[in-house]
Amino acid sequence: MKLQIKYDINTACKVIMQENLDRIGIPYELTGLGEIEIKGILSTGQYTDLEESIKKYGISIISDPKNGVAQKIKDVIIEMVYLEDKLPSSNISDYIADKMNLSYGYIANVFSEITYTSIGNFIIIQRIEYSKQLIVEGVLSLTEIAWKLNYSSVAHLSNQFKKTTGLTPSAFQRIINKRKDADFKAVQTQQKLSTSN
Amino acid sequence: MNNSALHILLADDDEDDRLFFKEAIDEIKVKTIVTLLNDGVQLMLYLNQPDVVLPNVVFLDLNMPKKGGMQCLKEIRSNSKLKDLSIAIYSTSASEHDIEETFVKGANIYIKKPNDFGELKKILAEVININWQYHTSGLNKENFLLSI
Repeated sequence: MKLQIKYDINTACKVIMQENLDRIGIPYELTGLGEIEIKGILSTGQYTDLEESIKKYGISIISDPKNGVAQKIKDVIIEMVYLEDKLPSSNISDYIADKMNLSYGYIANVFSEITYTSIGNFIIIQRIEYSKQLIVEGVLSLTEIAWKLNYSSVAHLSNQFKKTTGLTPSAFQRIINKRKDADFKAVQTQQKLSTSN
Repeated sequence: MNNSALHILLADDDEDDRLFFKEAIDEIKVKTIVTLLNDGVQLMLYLNQPDVVLPNVVFLDLNMPKKGGMQCLKEIRSNSKLKDLSIAIYSTSASEHDIEETFVKGANIYIKKPNDFGELKKILAEVININWQYHTSGLNKENFLLSI
């Protein structure tokens, strides 16, 4: 049996942080995307405790402020691609600068220095990532996915998909489905073996 | 965000190819740690060490004596401890059928072996860069397919 699940990374992260901070017992405030204000000072023991307990969820504390800025830009982009249902079709650089409250020139520089990629390229990676997820879910047609992600046409999405992954969306879907079939058959064989034993 | 280096492993029986690979990787901006191994048998021994620090990406040559790339891929994908490894396959074939089959068997990246060093550097830079994004931005590795 297989369950398809849907998840909201932001909420998951928030709850994990709340649970761990509550456990350590220090007052705090979640101030927004990827930022927590600690009321007072963490002892070294508390800091290590927090760092250790969130590590298994893939969450880490950022120490270099530039890393922090880059992470925040990523969060703004991911939110823009995933949550607002439609990308602002006009000026994305204004949108990001406005959300960050910093000049776009500065943002773009810090971003490429820390992540080795450009903001434009990162947006493409995230949009293709989202379209992959939607293709795998299999609920929307490619036309609907293109529309949802604010591509001007299916051809535009297909071209960007092919350029980013080297595969057409339909080849991608075929491969993922074949993998699922192979997994399913492997499980069936195992079940057969265990019942015959 | 994890900003430590990307750990890369190459299994290739050709010494020249290993040197070219190392040289190409050293010129890329992303911080990397490179481990070079001579064949598939060494690779599987390496990955199955009990206290090994697993690499982020494994580059596999398809044609190796003793144990080929496909056999390694099969062993890696049937071991749940190794499920987070990104696997890049080097091949001389450009047939769509071969590419699809390799992906279905669990590869993440399919590289058509280029003939000149300049092209190899360009391809490796792109592959390493996208792996870095997967490593640092929590992208879904189950959907990670790249044919280049």
